[in-house]
Amino acid sequence: MSEAWLVVALVGGATVAIKAIGPVLLGGRPLPGRVQSVVGLLAPAVLAALVVTSVLASGRDLVLDERLIGIGAAVVALVFRAPILVVVVAAAVATATARALL
Amino acid sequence: MSSERSEPNEPGLSFGGGARAVLPLTIAVAGFGISYGLLARSAGFPPLAAVVMSGTTFAGSAQFASASILEAGGAVASAVTAAILLNARYGPIGVTVAPVIGGGFWRRFLTAQLVVDESWAVASRGDGTFDRGRLVGAGLLLYAAWTSSTAVGALGGGFLGDPNVLGLDAAFPALFLALLWPQFRTRRALAAALLGAATAVALVPVAPPGVPIVSAGVACLVGWRR
Repeated sequence: MSEAWLVVALVGGATVAIKAIGPVLLGGRPLPGRVQSVVGLLAPAVLAALVVTSVLASGRDLVLDERLIGIGAAVVALVFRAPILVVVVAAAVATATARALL
Repeated sequence: MSSERSEPNEPGLSFGGGARAVLPLTIAVAGFGISYGLLARSAGFPPLAAVVMSGTTFAGSAQFASASILEAGGAVASAVTAAILLNARYGPIGVTVAPVIGGGFWRRFLTAQLVVDESWAVASRGDGTFDRGRLVGAGLLLYAAWTSSTAVGALGGGFLGDPNVLGLDAAFPALFLALLWPQFRTRRALAAALLGAATAVALVPVAPPGVPIVSAGVACLVGWRR
């Protein structure tokens, strides 16, 4: 088996298992009260972590680049209560424009 | 915590709602799917292997990381470790959606595979509960876009060029921020978001990619226990 197929099998198998474990073991039942109150905070914490890492991280480096201008445009759109489509497009257009000009 | 929402929760409606919510992102997802297909080919993946990886792993960052490591001449073990660290967040994320994923073993198992950052984010009701229809609608659309665009890239479709030139990489944080925005109204959620963001930024320079995001989740758990 080639290295590529080995990676496909190992990463695919591990990811399928990681994604399945919660729903397979706990699926269809309400979470215990204490767990549920943690889960309510997990979403904002992980979403915020995804925002900052996808704007600032480049591998293990923290960089300030055109993505920051894109997220700035998204914030402006959100302040003006724009729909999500407008927020997403504003971020992409601002980033692309900055990359073309800077 | 009450989860009262005025909008109807019929499965058909929320299924379409989830698909519509991620529709603007499918262009970005397809752009990165094509570039993943191209990268996988240059890392020595046969086209079928690239598509099988998108169909089973179905997680962009882990796929890019493992293919980049192989392409740079890295070991299989490092490629696999990097990808697993990047996907570790799907353990806790799976627990958060478990209450709405019911049915028999295979139904739970397969529905769980549709969970990716974007489908999870649009399915979140903002109070710790999730909408199964939106999760499945968004997940299926993203799955179709990701696997088919991987095939296009792996079969040599480099016509789109670099998706970063189009600013498509900025579309993902913009979506996550837009979904996070309404949650800033409650102090607890705002505190969790700030703690999560601070934890992730602090760990980026010192931990392998993926670890900062999982740790952000753990930090909010520790904060809550105090």
